[in-house]
Amino acid sequence: MGDLGEPIRLNDTGTTVRLLPEHRVIMDLIAEGSRVLDLGCGEGDLLLALKIKKNVRAEGIELSEACIQACVAKGLFSVQHGDLDEGLANYPDKSIDDVILTNTIQVLHRPLFLIREMARVGKRCIVSFPNFAHWPVRWQLFAHGRMPKTGKLPSEWYETSNIHLTTIIDFRHFCQKAGIHILQEIPLRPSGPGQRSIVRFAPNLRADSAIFVLEAGPGMMSDSAATH
Amino acid sequence: MTTEDKCSVGIVETKSLTFAQPPNEMLLECGRSFGPITLAYETYGELSPAKDNAILILHALSGDAHAAGFHNAHERSPGWWDIMIGPGKAFDTRKYFIICSNVIGGCKGSTGPSSIDPQTGKPYALSFPMVTIQDMVNAQRALIDHLGIDQLLCAVGGSMGGMQVLQWVVSYPERVRLAIPIATTSKLSAQSIAFNEVGRQSIESDPHWKEGEYYGHPIPRRGLAIARMIGHITYLSEKSMHQKFGRKLQDKAKYGYDFRTDFQVESYLRYKGDSFVDRFDANSYLYISKAMDYFDLAQPFGKLEQAFASVKAKFLLISFSSDWLFPSYQSKEIVSACRRVGAEAIYTEIQSDYGHDAFLLETEQLTSLITNFLTHGSKGAS
Repeated sequence: MGDLGEPIRLNDTGTTVRLLPEHRVIMDLIAEGSRVLDLGCGEGDLLLALKIKKNVRAEGIELSEACIQACVAKGLFSVQHGDLDEGLANYPDKSIDDVILTNTIQVLHRPLFLIREMARVGKRCIVSFPNFAHWPVRWQLFAHGRMPKTGKLPSEWYETSNIHLTTIIDFRHFCQKAGIHILQEIPLRPSGPGQRSIVRFAPNLRADSAIFVLEAGPGMMSDSAATH
Repeated sequence: MTTEDKCSVGIVETKSLTFAQPPNEMLLECGRSFGPITLAYETYGELSPAKDNAILILHALSGDAHAAGFHNAHERSPGWWDIMIGPGKAFDTRKYFIICSNVIGGCKGSTGPSSIDPQTGKPYALSFPMVTIQDMVNAQRALIDHLGIDQLLCAVGGSMGGMQVLQWVVSYPERVRLAIPIATTSKLSAQSIAFNEVGRQSIESDPHWKEGEYYGHPIPRRGLAIARMIGHITYLSEKSMHQKFGRKLQDKAKYGYDFRTDFQVESYLRYKGDSFVDRFDANSYLYISKAMDYFDLAQPFGKLEQAFASVKAKFLLISFSSDWLFPSYQSKEIVSACRRVGAEAIYTEIQSDYGHDAFLLETEQLTSLITNFLTHGSKGAS
């Protein structure tokens, strides 16, 4: 990470959180008072910020026991210890306004399965991921013939948990394959410490990450009903 | 003896409440009306003027009302959950008013099969009615009413205590703000019922049991001790037994080639069985284990989520990774039902090698979770 901005003060009692730049972009996408499910919610900073600033019903699923402890310490009351590779069977269809998956899809064993689960459960899905076609990534492979290591992809190839890396173009194809409709693409690049700005030109080359806003496409629900 | 300990509630006494005097008996789930009923209970800390800081602790199969502190200066070990209850502990007696009562059917001061039937002047034995988790909770409700508490801040318990927590929030949704069911289930699996049945068969096959009419005579020691030994195996994990005992021999260097105790694990189980007999009534074991078997929270509702449809409490559900008696999937089913009806629920599985017993042993993790949950959960209007 190393990408956290200044602490954000949430209320008069001095509750503060530090949010990733992409979390700050996502904050702006969420409607007041909605029901939000954050998949891989970590220590619950985004959920807490959404709960206080946007009055959302904040729910989370997280694999790490220590993170659940941190969420409880923040006063979040709907966080659940669980493995995203097992899906979202607890949640009825369209029961959540926004299902969020930040910087996590590349570590899942079954991304296609989860994205369909998200689109089943959520009226909208918000997915962010590191863009493997970002030019410094390409350059390291092209010029040096080495596995890329960047701020977004800091691990050695033999230590990384990223087993399903993707690019902005590949993610579009993936959504098509999953029967998912893309509502909005927000490609981002670093623009100062803890800052991200939107990339307008050549996003697949110039963005180090992207946020996609998605919804179930017309064919998806009948497809997934057949496979369940 | 550590009553001088700043973190201890110190010397405590067991009190009792008698209610349901005929003709106003309590209607039990089995259809029988029953009374009078006595509940033994202990309290620690002070009830706030607004009566909004009460926490009800619910015990497991072999527990009792003595959850914390010492009965006298000579008592060797404190109450069964002393490590969690006291000044500065998870259930902080400087902030909260803690109540723990012995269940109906028990043998530690509450009315049970070993109590005297006022009509005959003899112990009830098997004429004691079959009681259920619902009946235990209904009896506790009478105690909470007696203490003048409209709404509990929290109901908490592990194992069978967790079953009572679940029953409380379903039966009396307006009366519990926070619920902490630990290492529990909404219904026992066939495997768990099977172990309970072997325990009961062990008691009933002891010649001293005599259809439960053993009071005033030699008690079914062997039967109850074996039931407890079986229970203990189910409370541990394969790994914790391996770590604790391995194949180590007890007080000998070589095998004895006889049927006396060779292995440490044999010695441990025998000790646990024998010491249990001195503090527990065999008929209570039959009744309470059967109450656990009958428990099925969803059954009157059809589906578990319908049981939770009117629940108002916030949940903190905790399971333990190596607990095979009340495995994590059973807690996840409860979380799932909460999610489906939109009830707020935190769920975490604590990594532990201790098996089912972890709910009494993983106190560091539990303390942190429970302290934060109570602190945040007690804020705001009820």
